[in-house]
Amino acid sequence: MTDDPASSARTTPLVERHLALGARMIDFAGWLMPVQYAGIVEEHRAVRERAGLFDLSHMGELYVEGPEAGAALARALVSDPPSLAVGRAQYSMICAPDGGVIDDLIVYRLDVDRYLVVANASNTAVVSDALAERVHGMRAVLDDRSLDTALVSIQGPESVAILGPLTDVSLDALRYYAAADGTVAGIPALVARTGYTGEDGFEIFVEWERAGALWDALLDASAPRGGVPVGLGARDTLRLEAGMPLYGNELDRSTNPFEAGLGRVVKLDRDVEFVGRAALERALADEPRRRLVGLVVRGRGIARHGYPVLSGDLPTGVVTSGTQSPTLGQAIAMAYVAPGDADPGTMLDVSIREQRVPAQVVSLPFYRRKR
Amino acid sequence: MVPTDLRYTKEHEWVRVQDGVATVGITDHAAEQLGDIVFVELPGAGSSVSAGKTFGVVESVKAVSDLFAPVSGEVAEANAELDGKPELVNSDPYGTGWMIKVVVADVAELDRLLDAAAYEALVAAE
Repeated sequence: MTDDPASSARTTPLVERHLALGARMIDFAGWLMPVQYAGIVEEHRAVRERAGLFDLSHMGELYVEGPEAGAALARALVSDPPSLAVGRAQYSMICAPDGGVIDDLIVYRLDVDRYLVVANASNTAVVSDALAERVHGMRAVLDDRSLDTALVSIQGPESVAILGPLTDVSLDALRYYAAADGTVAGIPALVARTGYTGEDGFEIFVEWERAGALWDALLDASAPRGGVPVGLGARDTLRLEAGMPLYGNELDRSTNPFEAGLGRVVKLDRDVEFVGRAALERALADEPRRRLVGLVVRGRGIARHGYPVLSGDLPTGVVTSGTQSPTLGQAIAMAYVAPGDADPGTMLDVSIREQRVPAQVVSLPFYRRKR
Repeated sequence: MVPTDLRYTKEHEWVRVQDGVATVGITDHAAEQLGDIVFVELPGAGSSVSAGKTFGVVESVKAVSDLFAPVSGEVAEANAELDGKPELVNSDPYGTGWMIKVVVADVAELDRLLDAAAYEALVAAE
């Protein structure tokens, strides 16, 4: 019943603060990370209604620089980073030659010849290796600064009010999926308007050694507005309500972006032989084997990762993520099902502990914030 | 501090026996470890449970955990209030968060359960 975090796990620069805040810590992708402070539901609601502060220093920061940095990334990834204006970002993926997803990423164009690729903690090493290999031979270098770069995120409707007074970055001018250099609490930072919660919010990259001061300043500024520290538990329920995929659940090496409903990320209308292109063109042309759908459980129970999904008496797929949605008050899930069972409204069953429980296909996301 | 008038299992269930009927729930420590409880699945009245065997499931936002019966017998009542308010297990684990009432088949089974001091020692050792 208790988690026993591996003693060998890496720690972020904020670990002592998490412990002082009473966080329950777990080993996540080899990192000792807070899974919850006050409680998952309370933290989840704080982000939806006010604000939440996240330590994401475990994530990977990979810089690609040089005259051919854009061209190198255009070959390495399925999206088209050189099409970004300086200061803008895009959601992307790195795929294997067979079209399977190695990781999902955010790519920021920091300057004409300078990009930042942010990878999942569990995949940072493999993405770093793959990028180094794919950049090799071009006039660009990969600089893996994952262990020198801390990442703190503030998410929720109060984010602007909390961050605004602390930064010289004009938040009004900073659009969604844009980033700008500046300072936060006097600390040099890259401030990006990105996140993984379905709320407005910011991700703030600083030097490893400055993360503590940044966290303290943001936490102090959050408190009067009801902002709280938020762990990985609520991060997962927030992203699931927002219909966002989690690598290892919805995405993996045996999944291509089209099955995951993320075909828009794959840019085929360009004259670049990027890694995985041929396989992805075939995947697009073929009828997909399965599709990622949203499910709302209509009976009693919670559909969880790995539970079978049935259509009538026949197996049709499997649940990839599921939880009790704190916002909706219903059990929600994402699942891969046969294409014929993927239309919203379709009634399926989830097998929960050998019992069939009805669940209905719904369009994603489950939750969309009011703007 | 755990209530001294109850008996406990190693799996963190508690039992209160009165007139041959055992009321069963999970301890405050267990509820705290699970976090926000969002679903409880319990056997219906009339079904039977066996000491040491699973009788139901409790789910938090993050995880699913089995419930283990401290004693054998027939279920007299399951706490229907937990259907709509599973959070009672967190807020009042020894009171309104109770789970099932079992007509005890063999009172000798109660002797195999932990007393409060032994249960506290178990929790402290975790």
